[in-house]
Formats: sequence, C-alpha cells, structure tokens
Amino acid sequence: MTTAPLLQLAGLSIAFGGATVVHGIDLAIAPGEALGMVGESGCGKSVTWLAALGLLPAKARVGGSVKLGGEEILHAAPATLERVRGGRVAMIFQDPASALNPVHRLGRQVQEALRLHRGLGGASARAEAKRLFDLVGIPDAARRLDAFPHELSGGQNQRVMIAMALAGQPELLVADEPTTALDVTIQAQILELLQTLRRELGMALVLISHDLGVVAEVCDRVAVMYAGRLVEEAPAARFFAGPRHPYAQGLMAALPPLDGPRAPLLAIPGGVPEPGALPAGCAFAPRCAASQPACEAAPPVAQLVSPDHAVACRRANEWSLAA
Amino acid sequence: MLRFLTLRLVRAVLTIALVVTFAFVVLRLSGDPALLIMSVDAPPEAVAAFRKAWGLDEPLWQQYLSYFGAIASGDLGRSMRDGRDAIVLVGERIPATLALTVPALLIKLGLGIPAGVYAALHRNSWADRLVMFLAVAGFTVPSFVLGLLLVLVFAVQLGWLPSGGQDSWRHAVLPVITMGVGGAAVLARFTRSAMLEVLGQSYIRTASAKGVPWAQVVRGHALPNAAIPTVTIIGFMVGSLIAGAVVVESVFSWPGVGRLLVVAVANRDLAVVQCILLLVAATMVTANLVVDLLYGALDPRLRRGGSR
Repeated sequence: MTTAPLLQLAGLSIAFGGATVVHGIDLAIAPGEALGMVGESGCGKSVTWLAALGLLPAKARVGGSVKLGGEEILHAAPATLERVRGGRVAMIFQDPASALNPVHRLGRQVQEALRLHRGLGGASARAEAKRLFDLVGIPDAARRLDAFPHELSGGQNQRVMIAMALAGQPELLVADEPTTALDVTIQAQILELLQTLRRELGMALVLISHDLGVVAEVCDRVAVMYAGRLVEEAPAARFFAGPRHPYAQGLMAALPPLDGPRAPLLAIPGGVPEPGALPAGCAFAPRCAASQPACEAAPPVAQLVSPDHAVACRRANEWSLAA
Repeated sequence: MLRFLTLRLVRAVLTIALVVTFAFVVLRLSGDPALLIMSVDAPPEAVAAFRKAWGLDEPLWQQYLSYFGAIASGDLGRSMRDGRDAIVLVGERIPATLALTVPALLIKLGLGIPAGVYAALHRNSWADRLVMFLAVAGFTVPSFVLGLLLVLVFAVQLGWLPSGGQDSWRHAVLPVITMGVGGAAVLARFTRSAMLEVLGQSYIRTASAKGVPWAQVVRGHALPNAAIPTVTIIGFMVGSLIAGAVVVESVFSWPGVGRLLVVAVANRDLAVVQCILLLVAATMVTANLVVDLLYGALDPRLRRGGSR
C-alpha cells in the first residue's frame, strides 16, 4: 500500500466477560478503497467495527489500537468520538427497520446528523436532507422527509440510513450486512447505490457480509475472518481466483456452481468453536481436511504468499504450489 | 379520529354501566340494609316501612331499572343513613382524598421515573442494585404495614408527626409518603425495564453511530420510546386518584372517599357505595381514554389515519 492508510486497526482484540471474541486484528483501509469483511455469523466481523468506533457496550473489553488518519480513536474522549462517528466514519446496519428511531420523522433523523456535523439547521438542513434523499434515490423525497420509518419499505429505510450516513460527508462508510434483511432485487439496488456513491464521493467502504457474492461485486479487497481472527486478506480479484486458506477455499467450494451437472453443495464439516473454548492451535484445524499435528499446537502466524496477499495458515505456501 | 373517539366513548359508557350493575347485584345480595341501619330490636313494622320508603320491597329487576333510570337522569340517590344526596356526601370527601393522592402521585412520578431511568443507565452498578432493592422492598411491603411502621417510628417513637387526623398539612405527610413509596417503587421498576428494552434497540446504536452525544441519545432517542409503555402504568395511577387511598385513609383515619366507602359498605348504604363506585369507574375509564390518546401522540405507529 503506497498511500497512508485512512484507518488502521492494530492488534484489535475484544473480550466479553472473560471470553475473547476477537484476537488481535491488523487491518488497514486506504482512502477510497472498498474492503469486504467476510465470515460466518459470530466470527467477529461486525463486533470488530463496532469496537473500532467505540459502539460496544461498556462490558466489552477492547484492546489494541484504531488510528484514523494517524489519530488514535480507540478509547478516545467522547467529544473526539462524537466528531468521528457520522462525521468521518459513518456506519449503517443490517435491519434498517429497527435501526431508525420509530418515533421520529425520517427528515428529523437525517437533519440531526446535518446539525451535528455540518452545523446546518432549519430550512437549510431540510433542503440538504431532501437533496440527500434524492441522491440515494428515494422517490417523492420532500414528502418522505415527514414520514415515519414504519411507513416505508425495508429498502427505502436502508436508503434513508445511507442518506443519514452521508449527511456528515464521511471518508469511510462501514456497512454492516446492509442488504441481508432485504429482498434479493432490492439487495442489488442497494449495492449498486453504494457503489455509485462511493465512486462519486470518493468515500472508502467497508462492507461486512457473509455473502461472498455481494463482496465480489462491490469490493477491491477481501478480508476473511474465522473465530475472531483474520485468516486471509487479498485483493478481490486474486482472492476469488484462488483463495489460499482452507476455510476460504471451503467457503468458495460451498457456493453453488452456475453451470455443469447438479451436484450436492459442499459444506464445511463441523461448526465454529465457541469463543470461550477455542482450540490451542489454529481455530480451524478441527474442521480442516489438511490439518497437521503442528496446526493444533499453536495458532498460525499470517504470512505473505504475495506482496498484498496474507494468509494465516501454516501450509499456505503448499497451497500456492498446488494452485 | 372522530370515529375512534366515539367508539372509545361508547366503550367507556358500557364499562361504567357494567361496573354499576355489578355493584348493584353484589350489594343487594350481600345483606339487608334495613336490618343493618335500623337497630336490632326495631319492630317489624318499622323495618317494613323503611324497606317501603327506600323501595327495597320491590322486585330486584324493578329496583335495578328505577336505579338505572335515576342515574341516567343524574340522580345518584340519597344516603340511607343521613338522607342527604349521595353525590353531595361523596363530593365533600373528594378534596380530602385528592389532598393525599395528588401529592402521592407527584412523589411516584418524581421519584420513580428518575430512579428507574438512572438504574437503567447504570445497569448492574451498585446504584442500580440499590434502587432495585428499594423498589422490591417498596412494593412488596403492603401499604398498611408501611403505614403502621411509619406511625410507630415518626409518631409514636420520635413524636415528629401526628399519627392520624386531618388538622394540618403535617397530618398528610405520613399517609402521602406511605402511598407514594409503593407507587414510586412500581414505577421505578417499570421505567427501568422499559428503558433497558429501549437502550438495547438498534436505533440507539444508530444514534450513537451518527455522533449524537450520549446525554442527547438518552433524552432525544431513548426517553420518548421508553415513555410509551410507562404511560400505561401512569394512567393507571391517575385513574386511581379517587379510590387509591382506601387502605391508607383507614390507617391514618383520614376522612376521605376511601374511609367513606369502608363505612358505607359496612352499613350497606347502597346509594353512597354505588355513587363512589361510579365515580371510581368514571375516573379509571377517563384515565384510560387519555392514555389511549397519549399513545397516539407518543407513537406514530399507533396513530390512526396517518399518511400511509
């Protein structure tokens, strides 16, 4: 990476009540870059980003470092965090219907962000909110400003969430499963909107998803998490051409092929270990067909299989030979 | 909106009619007022004359019809004991009762809601545990026990406050505290759980994620949502302003509606009991109606004829 990172996570770890759920994540986002965070539910991908913005409940213990443009924001003063959240880093969530306040009008919720981050009030805030509604493709924007969340569909509410996220003109948008709760057709529209906005506004994007297809469509780079650790990180093209970590390979193999004869889908045997009961070695070893005794002894260290492709697997280089 | 109001009004009237009917049946079946009000050795002719004078010799259904007819024309009957209009008798007592229940309500709201909100915001802290311990203690101790306890400590032992009567504001202190404590405890617990429920919602996280300072998240996003379930229980408390003091008025010999009710029931003073029950039903129903209207104001999802 040649440019200075916009945001850098270093050794970020998170524990809930003694059980560590995220074990030292190192990750950097370049300005304007789109990064996909992939992994199954509970692997820590959402929690990592909530922790980075200080949005986890007080009982969570977060360690490591989160630097935004060189400034440490982990455990920063409330005033600093309030300026960052929504102002430099915005976040949208999975279920737009419950992510919007049911008792406030949509316009008011967007205008709140405009007031906080751009000092807009009154008519100018309303005009800007309407412009944002138009920008994210909400039909009849002026009237929708006065609507309540329950009066809109899920897809429209997610557009409102995106408009609200854009209100502070953020440099980075973290989208946590933004399309999971939506119909497939609406999903495609929202993804397209995110891509367009990113192109037009030059904003970086972190797309958290369990859906490889979604990530393949939108992202420049892919980071795969398993049981609270980053297991593979690579440019999207390289990753989808040949994932190196056995878990990532398993995920790809589990996708239904578009052509050829019908065949049963391949599933990864076993289940994700509980955060409190992780194996001593590689967390994936018990489910891994290629696991060796050494894998169960100590967690693997990430190694570079090419300059921008890191894999946390002892045998990553063997896979590269095989590939 | 008009249709909604009409519908609610019809339901309110039906509820009150039901309460009145129930009271009528129970009272007529539970003893003969003539025997209770006349002395035991009264001659049978006198008892019969009393019955005739009050219409108690007529068939029950006829009594019921004439009673209902009277209510419909605004006549709530006269007390069998002193012959005055029941409504006047009850009306005289209302200020005394309100002098207890209104300050008690203010204590409930002023103590219960902030305590509940504070406890929710500091969940699992020692302050939360203390508030919840006091709240459980506050509503598990029956009001007559708490009342007697307060009398024992502040009237008998310390001699700071009178134990009963209605001569000055000092007489109201113990009964008001007795009533306020239980209600504040209920409200604190209720507010806390409503608040916890709301604080766990996704839109609270959204508000934080867009950079809203925490105090403003609580005030602007959490409280308006937590108010919705809390209003129900406050409505119930407002609805019992008239009748909520029966036990406490008895403990502190406070001459309010509650004491009057106890005496009237003991004497089978039919008109007075029925008048009080009617009043209680009416306040309760009115409070419920106001709560329903408030729901609409607080929660747009419940608003009728919205823009959908």
